[in-house]
Formats: sequence, structure tokens, C-alpha cells
Amino acid sequence: MTDVSLGMPQLPAPEYPADVRARLEADAKEVIARYPDSRSALLPLLHLVQSEEGYVTRTGVRFCAGQLGLTTAEVTAVSTFYSMYRRKPSGDYQVGVCTNTLCAVMGGDEIFEELKEHLGVGNNETTADGKVTLEHIECNAACDFAPVVMVNWEFFDDQTPASAKQLVDDLQAGRQVEPTRGAPLCTYKETARILAGFPDERPGAVEATGGAGHASLIGLRLAKGETPAPRVVAPRGEAPQDAPPQPGAEHLSSHDAPQETSASDPANPAGPVAEEGE
Amino acid sequence: MTVATEIEGNGNGSSPEKLLAPVLSAFWDQPNSWTLETYKRHDGYEGLKKALAMAPDDLIAYVKDSGLRGRGGAGFPTGMKWQFIPQGDGKPHYLVVNADESEPGTCKDIPLLFANPHSLIEGMIIACYAIRSSHAFIYLRGEVVPVLRRLHEAVREAYAAGYLGENILGSGLNLEITVHAGAGAYICGEETALLDSLEGRRGQPRLRPPFPAVAGLYACPTVVNNVESIASVPAILTKGKDWFKSMGSEKSPGFTLYSLSGHVTNPGQYEAPLGITLRQLLDMSGGIREGHRLKFWTPGGSSTPMFTEEHLDVALDYEGVGAAGSMLGTKALQCFDETTCVVRAVTRWTEFYAHESCGKCTPCREGTYWLVQLLRDIEAGKGQLSDLDKLNDIADNINGKSFCALGDGAASPIFSSLKYFREEYEQHITGKGCPFDPAKSTVWADRSARTTEVNA
Repeated sequence: MTDVSLGMPQLPAPEYPADVRARLEADAKEVIARYPDSRSALLPLLHLVQSEEGYVTRTGVRFCAGQLGLTTAEVTAVSTFYSMYRRKPSGDYQVGVCTNTLCAVMGGDEIFEELKEHLGVGNNETTADGKVTLEHIECNAACDFAPVVMVNWEFFDDQTPASAKQLVDDLQAGRQVEPTRGAPLCTYKETARILAGFPDERPGAVEATGGAGHASLIGLRLAKGETPAPRVVAPRGEAPQDAPPQPGAEHLSSHDAPQETSASDPANPAGPVAEEGE
Repeated sequence: MTVATEIEGNGNGSSPEKLLAPVLSAFWDQPNSWTLETYKRHDGYEGLKKALAMAPDDLIAYVKDSGLRGRGGAGFPTGMKWQFIPQGDGKPHYLVVNADESEPGTCKDIPLLFANPHSLIEGMIIACYAIRSSHAFIYLRGEVVPVLRRLHEAVREAYAAGYLGENILGSGLNLEITVHAGAGAYICGEETALLDSLEGRRGQPRLRPPFPAVAGLYACPTVVNNVESIASVPAILTKGKDWFKSMGSEKSPGFTLYSLSGHVTNPGQYEAPLGITLRQLLDMSGGIREGHRLKFWTPGGSSTPMFTEEHLDVALDYEGVGAAGSMLGTKALQCFDETTCVVRAVTRWTEFYAHESCGKCTPCREGTYWLVQLLRDIEAGKGQLSDLDKLNDIADNINGKSFCALGDGAASPIFSSLKYFREEYEQHITGKGCPFDPAKSTVWADRSARTTEVNA
């Protein structure tokens, strides 16, 4: 995909079909009205176009640019800066394993390795059925629930390799999956719409899984003179003794290596990721 | 020296009831703690009534007198930030709440907003009344949809109850709150990068001056405050600044959320007066996981220089941690035991900084890249002893020479780990590999062993 093309520049992206466009324009108008300056609506609008197509397409970029009076280059510059905007078609469920230091040490690395093997995909790749996109993610502010897995940005706390494998099996089989903190899963596109600022209208979504998680309450319980309950760690009904240590398991921190090579210098392993119209 | 693992064994005889002080977390265990109804049953929106009865300038002075300092890492006095907003300048003023909690190890604002979002909304209304703002923003990191849902709902409830909108509680104050979801970028936790991001741009930090108080969002006077700072304001008004100052120390008064994580028996949130020590927190909560010893820990996230066992009695307030050579930061107490390879930990943090470097300034963009190359080699047993000085040198070229404080943060784990664990780095080099087994560090490492013991 990094073939150097010296031919004609790409033609402008096609527009959305008229009905889609009309619907998104109404949404965009609502988003823009929330801000004193229209450009502030760009991040929500990029979430909005992801809710339509599952990733940021050239058509989506053109739409955002048109709504805000920006060039497609300006919009692309922003969309490629942020990690939540996908650049290629991806699965219904974005499964992110935290491999920042604390979660990695507590078992996130092992979970990520086992999921890669179990699903037969690498980082930021999607299963053949289009259900699951696997990626490693950075710290998601849930270190007291480590190791943490996020699916469509809902919390799956206190994971083990076995619970994580069960989780992706359930996702692929189309079984309803519920997080430890968050609402019953909806698809990535539906999640993107919430991120664009449109509240989740599903009954029970706000109150799902109740109040604070168990770790959040530990200090409060101690302060009230209660003894902390033993840590509940086997989510989703999994037996806890399920993680055979892998002697000499590969743990070199190489998972974050650049994945693409610069078009201008294919020999350089550190080149930027190619983008826009690959 | 060992860290006691028995609750009875706490060193100074103080009980958790006396050492802890749940305020923001006081009713997280109540049914539907995130709703307006539950919040109102626990003094909710009482602080607002007191605030609206004061003149805005008096309110700013009151918060300043309370001594409340920013809970996002830097510890800047909150009331002073409010005071810096020029009044009568004819420009719109803005309040922007930094809810982009992304510093590795930091996990206090997200549970706070999940369980008690109205404390933030009430604090925001009070702050906006003080700085004379009629439009406020919550910049929430995008990767926490459960929290986004509850913020949407809390804002909706507050509008419906007349706490937001026109003429709030008959005070003449008008206020609109916009909940804004980010899109995944650690740098947006830096306040000027956050403002650029909120303006629909790449999240890159701005040159200062001008400071946000003069030219912030849309070049208008803007206060940027952390979630916990703003959420602490209603309690200060309800219970009084003297109550607040009765906790903590003179320069670091009040209560705060400490987040204990890693190889501890009971990771979680512990709300206590500033100045508690890690030893006290561990003693009351069951200590380091059974059969293990504390090796290193961070007082406030990965960007604060790491500590070791010798720092267990450092008072965890702004001055205490500073005097011991680190920073209080976000009070993210990540604890690692003796099974953890410090080179692995620092390599991973550094990969994070390299990944998240916004690319604006050369020292951070290039420096973090080269740090990662060296660290990966060392971890893989391919390093040379001269690499250690090189690491130090590169970190020195990032620290204090970057555009924003995130560069300094990237240098912290390098400096501090080399200071306390240089031998371990050397071991990787001379032994041509990592002497640690990562399987022993996992949460489940000891489980099968313990089961066997019980059965035997």
C-alpha cells in the first residue's frame, strides 16, 4: 500500500448518499450548536462519521470539512492525530488490552499474547468474520482493576487470559456480553454515536452495573470499620486457576514498533504510517 | 523491614477510621449514587446555595483561603487560578474541566465521575459564578464511555432541576455545560493542548505566555481545572474552609483520593487527608500481596520519579513528596514487588511517552524515540554499559528543554530508575538478558501455588 504513485492526484471522495447526508447534516447541526465556535465540533463530528461507517473514510472527512468550512487536509490532520479514529474498516467490537506498565506486569502482556494466538490476528487487526478488532491500548484509568480489557470502551476489569478468551468467543458467537462497569455492549458504530455527544437512549444503559466498582469502594469500607472483602477476581464465572505460566514467555517490549514504512524511504523502519486513501 | 500484611499490625496504632476521610467517596456505596436524588440526600447542591449568597469576589477569596490546590498534578492553588481571570474585560470567560485522566497509574477521576458526577457539576456551577462564566466544558477522555453516559445523564438532570440553564436558583446566573469527548491522546491532559483540542485542532501545547487565564479557549480568559479540584469545592462551602484546613498540613490542606494499585492485597481508592504515608495505607489495607516485598512505587503516576521501600514514610503531600525528590502528581500509588523487572517497567513507560509525544518539539519527539531504542536493546540483553550514561544524557536533554511538562515526565522514570536500580540495568547488560520471569508478576502467579499448599 505504500507504492509511490506519481500519477494523477486522487479525485475528491464521493459524497454520502442524499438520505444519509440529510440525516448526518441534522446531527451535525445539533453538535455544532453546542459550541461558541463551529470548529470545536470537529472531534465530535469525526466520532459521528465513525458511527456511520465504522471508521473515518475520505467521504467522512469531506463531510466534516463541508460542515465546518475547513479543507479536507485540515480535517485529515486532526483525524490522524487521535488514536480513536480508525483509518480502515474494522470489527464491530474493538477489544483493547491494556499493556501499559502496570496492567502489562499484572498480566496484560500475557492476555494480549494469548488473544493474538487465540484469534489469529495481530495488533490492530480484525478477525475474518469482521467481529473483533484486537489492539493493545494505553492506560485507561482503571489501574486498581488490573489487568483491564476494554471492549468498545466499556470496562472489563480484573481479566485473566481465560476470561478474555471467553469474552472474545462470546463476541464472535453473538452472545450478549456485559462489562463489569458499563452498559451491555452495543456495536462500535453505536458507541461512536454516544461519543459524538448523543446520549445512549437504551433503557437501563445509564444505571447498568450499578455504582462504583469493588476496588473503588475499598477505602470507604475501611473508613466505615468494615474489613475489606477478599478481592473478587474471577470475572464472568471463570475458574481463577487458569493461567499456566509460560516459562520464558516472550515479553520484550516490541509490540509498539512502527507498523508501516515511509513511502519516501521504504528502507527506514521508523517511517510514518501511510494514510489517506491507502 | 517488612510491610505488615495484617490489619491489626498497623505501626502507629491508628485505625483506618481515623486515618481515612471519605468526602467525595462518602456515599459511593449508596444505591444509585450517581443520581441527583442520591446526591441531594448527601448535602448535594447545598454548597451552591451558600456560594450564590456570596459576592463572586468573596467566593474566590474563600476558596483561596481554604488552601485548595490543584489535584491534577501540579498543585497550583485553585482559588488563585480563578483570581487571575480579568474581570470587567467585556470578553466571555470559560471554565474547562480537565477530565482527560490518562497519566499511567492515575485512576481517581474516572471512578469519581462514574459514582458521583454531580459533585463535579455543582463545583462547576460554583466556579462559573465566581469567575463570571456562562459556558463551561467538560473535556472527558473518549475511552471511558460508561462515564460519558453518566455525565450526559447528570447534566440532563441538572438542567431539568434548574441547576443549569437560565437564572439558576433565581440568582441571575446563566450557565450552559457542554460535555465533550476526546479521541485518544495523552497530550490533551496538558492544559493548553487540551484547549487546542477543544478548539478542534491537533492536541499540541501552546507557548506560554499568554496563559489560559488571559488567552485560553477562543483566546478568551479561561480557567482549566482538574475534575477532583472542582469536585472538592462544594464540600468546602458546605462544611467550611476551617473544616477543610483541619485536614492535611498548612501548605497542603484538605482531603484527596489516593489510588493504590499493583502488587497490593487490596488495590483501590482511599480518600484521606493529605500527608498520609504509603506505609499507613498499606498497613490498613492488607499490605503488599502475600509473600512479597515492595520494590518500587510511584507517588503520582509514571511521570513522577519513582520511590523505593526507603520512602514508605514520606508524607504524601505536595511538600513531603517534593522534599523526597519526587512529585505528589495525581497520587497514583503504583506498587511493584520484587518479581518486577524495573527495566521492563521503564521501557514500557518510555514506549508510552514515545507513542504519545505530540511531535511539536524536538527534544521530546526525538529523545523519547532514542530512549526506546536503547531500552529495548538493554531489556533484550543487547545493550552496552555505556548505554546507561547515554540514557541519562538523553533524558537530560529532554528534561526542562521540552515545550511542555510531558517531556519532563518522560525523563523522570529514566533518572529515578537509574538512581535506585543502576545495578539491575547492568545485570541485563552483563548477563545478556532479563533475569526476571514475567509470569511471576501476574495477578494469578501465586494462585495455583497457594491452592497446592492448602490442599497439601
